[in-house]
Amino acid sequence: MSAVIGHEHDHAHGHDHYPGGLMRWVKTTNHKDIGTMYLWFSFVMFLTGGFMAMVIRAELFAPGMQVVDPEVFNQMTTLHGLIMVFGAIMPAFVGFANWLIPMQIGAPDMAFPRMNNWSFWLLPPAALLLMLSLFVPGGAPGVGWTMYAPLTVQQGMGMDLTIFAVHILGMSSIMGSINIITTILNLRAPGMTLMKMPLFVWTWLITAYLLIAVMPVLAGAVTMTLTDRHFGTHFFNAAGGGDPVLFQHIFWFFGHPEVYIIAIPAFGVVSQVIPAFSRKPLFGYTSMVYATTSIAILSFVVWAHHMYTTGLPTTAQLYYMYATMLIAVPTGVKVFNWVATMWRGSLTFETPMLFAIGFLFLFTIGGFSGLVLAIVPVDIQLQDTYYVVAHFHYVMVAGALFSAFAGIYFWLPKWTGKMYDETLGKWHFWLSMIFFNMIFFVQHFLGLAGMPRRIPDYSPQFTDFNMISSIGAFGFGLSQLLFLYVVLKCIHSGEKAPQKPWEGADSLEWTHLPTPAPYHSFETPPTVK
Amino acid sequence: MIKTLLQKIGVGAALALVSGLVWAQARYNLQQPQTEVARQIYDLHTIILVICLVIFVGVFGMMFYSVVRHRKSVGHQAAQFHENATVEIIWTVVPFFILIGMAWPATKSLLEMKDTSSPDLTVKVTGYQWKWSYEYLKGEGDLSGVADGVMFYSTLATPHDQIYGSAAKGENYLLEVDNPLVVPVDKKVRVLITANDVLHAWWMPAFGVKQDAVPGFIRDAWFRVEKPGTYRGQCAELCGKEHGFMPIVVVVLEQKEFADWAAKQKTASAAGGAQTAAAAGTAGQPAK
Amino acid sequence: MNRAAANRTILIKLLVVAVGMFGFGYSLVPLYQKICEVTGIYEVEKASAAPANTQVDESRLVTLEFDANIRSDLPWRFRPLQTSVKVHPGQLVQVMYEVHNRSDQAVAGQAIPSYGPQVAGQYFRKLDCFCFSTQTFAAGEVRQMPVVFVIERGLPRDVNTVTLSYTFFKVEGAAPSAARPRGDRSAAG
Repeated sequence: MSAVIGHEHDHAHGHDHYPGGLMRWVKTTNHKDIGTMYLWFSFVMFLTGGFMAMVIRAELFAPGMQVVDPEVFNQMTTLHGLIMVFGAIMPAFVGFANWLIPMQIGAPDMAFPRMNNWSFWLLPPAALLLMLSLFVPGGAPGVGWTMYAPLTVQQGMGMDLTIFAVHILGMSSIMGSINIITTILNLRAPGMTLMKMPLFVWTWLITAYLLIAVMPVLAGAVTMTLTDRHFGTHFFNAAGGGDPVLFQHIFWFFGHPEVYIIAIPAFGVVSQVIPAFSRKPLFGYTSMVYATTSIAILSFVVWAHHMYTTGLPTTAQLYYMYATMLIAVPTGVKVFNWVATMWRGSLTFETPMLFAIGFLFLFTIGGFSGLVLAIVPVDIQLQDTYYVVAHFHYVMVAGALFSAFAGIYFWLPKWTGKMYDETLGKWHFWLSMIFFNMIFFVQHFLGLAGMPRRIPDYSPQFTDFNMISSIGAFGFGLSQLLFLYVVLKCIHSGEKAPQKPWEGADSLEWTHLPTPAPYHSFETPPTVK
Repeated sequence: MIKTLLQKIGVGAALALVSGLVWAQARYNLQQPQTEVARQIYDLHTIILVICLVIFVGVFGMMFYSVVRHRKSVGHQAAQFHENATVEIIWTVVPFFILIGMAWPATKSLLEMKDTSSPDLTVKVTGYQWKWSYEYLKGEGDLSGVADGVMFYSTLATPHDQIYGSAAKGENYLLEVDNPLVVPVDKKVRVLITANDVLHAWWMPAFGVKQDAVPGFIRDAWFRVEKPGTYRGQCAELCGKEHGFMPIVVVVLEQKEFADWAAKQKTASAAGGAQTAAAAGTAGQPAK
Repeated sequence: MNRAAANRTILIKLLVVAVGMFGFGYSLVPLYQKICEVTGIYEVEKASAAPANTQVDESRLVTLEFDANIRSDLPWRFRPLQTSVKVHPGQLVQVMYEVHNRSDQAVAGQAIPSYGPQVAGQYFRKLDCFCFSTQTFAAGEVRQMPVVFVIERGLPRDVNTVTLSYTFFKVEGAAPSAARPRGDRSAAG
């Protein structure tokens, strides 16, 4: 890991001055250590959620029930979603936030280092609760990650474990966000005005506000589910004056900003990588800040586009359609800005840039399918079909995940002092690219043709595309093991990285800090011009 | 155990491929529309898709041009321009107007879809875990009294052995029921949709109708089918373990055949008691 | 203000926001009810004051259909005695529903109304309805119950078919007191 330059720690031993053994990781308040833990945790969760996806795709390889029974299938889809969203992709970007924000703003650490430790250490118990739900009577909940009532009221105790886990995950996110906002607002080096911050820091500032605003609303929704289940309330039960659709409103009030919570830091990473490999500044910094802010604000007022078939009043459907279509405008602005950054640059295509370009291309496809879904009459046909599954996997996997890969390859040298194997990195990219599209491109057709989602078996007319999708899934899953190998190989035996491995990188961690970054950096803040 | 599993998967896959060949047409688009609403949706989707494709090709054409021509390895030097307010305004405003262009036909179609007034026939649809029931509430005009009061359950008819065993899958595997909903052609049918337990959704792709079934509430939707035939749909809201096993089949008949069918239903239920499933009589059902 | 104090200020402000948003989530519950009432999707069930304008609009007829549902745990037969009527807006209408408790025990239930199309709900003025309170039926009892209502003249002109649907849900516990107000979200239901 990172080298330490002359500091005392408890249990220092050997020539390293690291605090020792396992307790180092348990007690650390160092943002680099915590960032590392978030990233490893997210990768373990990624593989776990991925395993569940393999079960799903194995069952869907051919019509008929061959692998699991329908109840277990529903549990797999539920856990796959919950683990990927809350256990893999969100912690990954929090890991980036921890590693990079202090370095990029010239701060020695986060504002609340101890709370930072708690934010991380809440995650493994929450993950364990989720996994434990598989083994209690009734198994894990089979309600989808969206947990609609009143199906949730029918579930066994696995549902309660899940609710508890969601609460813990929410607390972790809220504490982390408070930390991030305070750090960014208060700990910037002199001369680093808000409009001089790297865009990645901006995206996290915006995301952190979103998190604080909506995670508590999710907590409310699952608490209402809990009391409906056990304490005689009737929030979502018509018999007592409630309404199942109310759950959907509350959930999606959280749920829509949530997808931007996932996407916006991904935008931030890409906004660091593309300029670096184009050797050209980001085309419209101010514009990108405004566009990202608009997306975040708009994300609060479009939630019912997930509910077009619930029977909303006509006026409401029209409003949500128009508001949702509007989000395409700032998103388009961002895509144009990234392309304009590349235009007439001096491009090289190391692995981070490959993933960033892959992001640009594929996230935009996901954006277009989102626009199609925004149109109410068309959505009537596509809601709850594989078209929706294709859409959100394009934006979240080809979008957020590819951006995370770009970021990891980009910053591995800074974190470890070593270069990853560029050839293997490129293999990882191309394999991921090809297999990803194999899984999800054909799912657009499945949805259009009429295949609903969350079904374990299907009419034989859907067979060929399901087979292709499943083969792609196995390939994609295996390719991620290659990624693990690349990372481990880098850490253990990678070539020593030059001080500035990326010619075009220009944020503080590249210009003002050695490679690898020292355990404590910017104890004295730099002056930024 | 693994061996059996792999065998099952292998047999399943082989069977599926064969039946896949039977449906030789790969399905790339929405189903053939059978109502005016479905046709409008189909066309709306086509327009939007084309617009998106044009923009996509334009933008990524430029990006790939850049990837080829602006590479360091061919010696291209980086220009250092950045920030241009005019360009930012243009690529904010132009997409905004394109969106308005899309919103206009979308609004018109939506308003039409919501208009459930003056139906010729009203049917109550109830979703259960895991089947549907259909109750004919009221006919108007020449449908008055024809099917009123007919009620039956509609359950998946695919044999267990086809799903879990190795029996060959039938032609309408997972999309067949014992008692389909039967309606007359070219009549406005209003469906009142509700659920008995959890959320379900009634979806007929060929009609362009999908409506959530919310327990404790009714939601209405409508369709007017232009051609006789047998049309198939599925439940479209996760409702528990058999969510994938509660399909919808609608048989659309000429007026006279519908009246004959309805008369048969009434005789059968008078004989067999009010709530039992009506005999599956679909005389004169046209070939699919 | 020193660094630590500045940090703490932001921490506290953000914590207040987080707690406030949790409260906001819960406030969505009554907010949703209010919006549903105002847009007529769903009405708090209590007797309406007689509508101000009781002039009958002879120029149009509205077809009213009546629908009845029971949840499967209710051992009742529940049906409207008329399946439909044609009425003028402004006209006072009475229809009867009938419940037959087929079990050998007293059972209580609560009827929840629903309208198709939903927008019609806000134009229904109910003067008397069995849905205003929990209804208890003795073992084997058959009883007919009225709904007395007026459709307001403001009903949009393009709505001329309206379905009034009731779903009866079982109410647990010993025979509850009469006239329990609806919208009461406390236990037992």
